[in-house]
Amino acid sequence: MGELAAVVGIGQTKYASRRGDVSIAGLVREAAQNALEDADLSFKDIDAVVIGKAPDMFEGIVMPEIYLTDALGANGKPMLRVHTAGSVGGSTALVAASHVQSGTFKRVLTVTFEKQSESNAMWALSTPQPFSVHLNAGAGGYFAPIIREYIRRSNAPSDIGIKVAVKDRLHGARNPLSHLNLPNISHQEVEDSMMLWDPIRFLEACPSSDGACAMIIANKDLVSESPKPPAWILGGAMRSEPTIYAGRDEVNPRAGRDCAKDVYAQAGISDPRRQFDCAEIYVPFSWYEPMWLENLGFADQGEGWRLTLDGATSLDEGGDIPWNCSGGVLSSNPIGASGMIRFAEAARQVRGDADQHQVKDARLALGHAYGGGAQFFSMWVVGANKP
Amino acid sequence: MDNKNKEVIDAIEAPIYLKYKFTAGLAPARFLSQLKQGVLTGQRCPKCDNVYVPPRGSCPACGVATEEEVVLGDKATVQSFTIVSIPIPGNPIQPPYIVANLVPDGANISFIHLMSECVNEEVRIGQRVTAIWKPREEWDFAMDNIRYFKPLDEPDVPAELIGHLSVNGTEN
Ligand SMILES: [Zn+2]
Repeated sequence: MGELAAVVGIGQTKYASRRGDVSIAGLVREAAQNALEDADLSFKDIDAVVIGKAPDMFEGIVMPEIYLTDALGANGKPMLRVHTAGSVGGSTALVAASHVQSGTFKRVLTVTFEKQSESNAMWALSTPQPFSVHLNAGAGGYFAPIIREYIRRSNAPSDIGIKVAVKDRLHGARNPLSHLNLPNISHQEVEDSMMLWDPIRFLEACPSSDGACAMIIANKDLVSESPKPPAWILGGAMRSEPTIYAGRDEVNPRAGRDCAKDVYAQAGISDPRRQFDCAEIYVPFSWYEPMWLENLGFADQGEGWRLTLDGATSLDEGGDIPWNCSGGVLSSNPIGASGMIRFAEAARQVRGDADQHQVKDARLALGHAYGGGAQFFSMWVVGANKP
Repeated sequence: MDNKNKEVIDAIEAPIYLKYKFTAGLAPARFLSQLKQGVLTGQRCPKCDNVYVPPRGSCPACGVATEEEVVLGDKATVQSFTIVSIPIPGNPIQPPYIVANLVPDGANISFIHLMSECVNEEVRIGQRVTAIWKPREEWDFAMDNIRYFKPLDEPDVPAELIGHLSVNGTEN
């Protein structure tokens, strides 16, 4: 991968259903300034900016990166926009990293955001096309049948999704930035919540959030200029596949398996469950935890739900491979930023900087994002030890 | 002026309706023309033999163009489904309703359509259904010429055979 790079600064906003106190520009600037402060740097120390968000239709602002240059201190500097649907937060981080790893820049600021309160994502995702019927079912309507097929294949108990929903909200209650703060959530409460897209209940789905996430990625030579421990980038990979092709395995997409294989090879991972200390994985609907446990090789096919059931992925139950200690997408979902939050939270863990949701002595973590019809994947592996 | 007790307006809703001209391309144009005549068609991949519906003119798995047209029947199998209960403003369909991934006989891929005239709780993977078309005079260049699919009194298709039935509904 060329030059060695590391995360030297991380900044997030408080996530909420509506951040009425800031504009989009104010939101991204808040995340960027938090990241600069975390890295003990200022805008003048940044060589280039890489920005990402989900479809422009979400806020109805076309190419928002152009007007955000000011807020991000990018006037006169190279700026690049990334868009890969819901996985964009992850791929934006990887694009930023590649600009350092290639030797093009020494220090890159990368920022992602969504301001869902200024939009209607469900509407934006339901554009009519004459060759298919217009059913207005949104993302949940798309993923629910895939989840149903997973449950059929794996014979998983019907309440595994409920268990994930509770677990990630309990994790989220440890994280003051979390949109949802539900320290008293119960199995019964999730079970009793409205069935939105059977088998997905209201509390098994992610919220709609406003928020932004930023990171500063630096060449190894500049890492010591920032005071806090770096998160070394040990591998990064992206894969995609067509949304529609005959024989496609929508439950266990090949692009996800291939992407994991690639990033594991770069970072020397042969047994992800044993080698990683924790993982931040894009789980917008609760059932995607067991599905991705299998897709990412943490469990054999059809066995992912057993890890969830046994509490292996739970910080509160002392699991051996905690997933989404920050609360995950189920606790905060500013769509365009959600993938980068996964990448940043993985980095926070190996920097030992995750406060109340810190996994003790975490040295190696996986960050993951997916998007579109589960056809875009991006992943990185970060570690505390300089390779 | 005293603004203390005035509600601050920091946002307004401004709904817009965007209308697009849709350029279908060769395969979808043919597909939509056939739908206008009340016929559901797909296209076969010359390399892997899989039949695509709606056809987009290529097989993404093989990276080749599809040209051979295949006329499909009205019968299909439920590959998976969801019962949608979420109320969405402006949605003309009243929840709860079934959105199903359906594979028409003779095709090897599913599309999404509405199921009706069914007991929601009895809908299942492998269930057999048939298309209910709108009256002929309402047919347009659109997939919703088929109003919905309704269950058939036929034995369920085993999961491993879904997406692999011939146009007669028999095992390939
Ligand atoms: Zn083919």
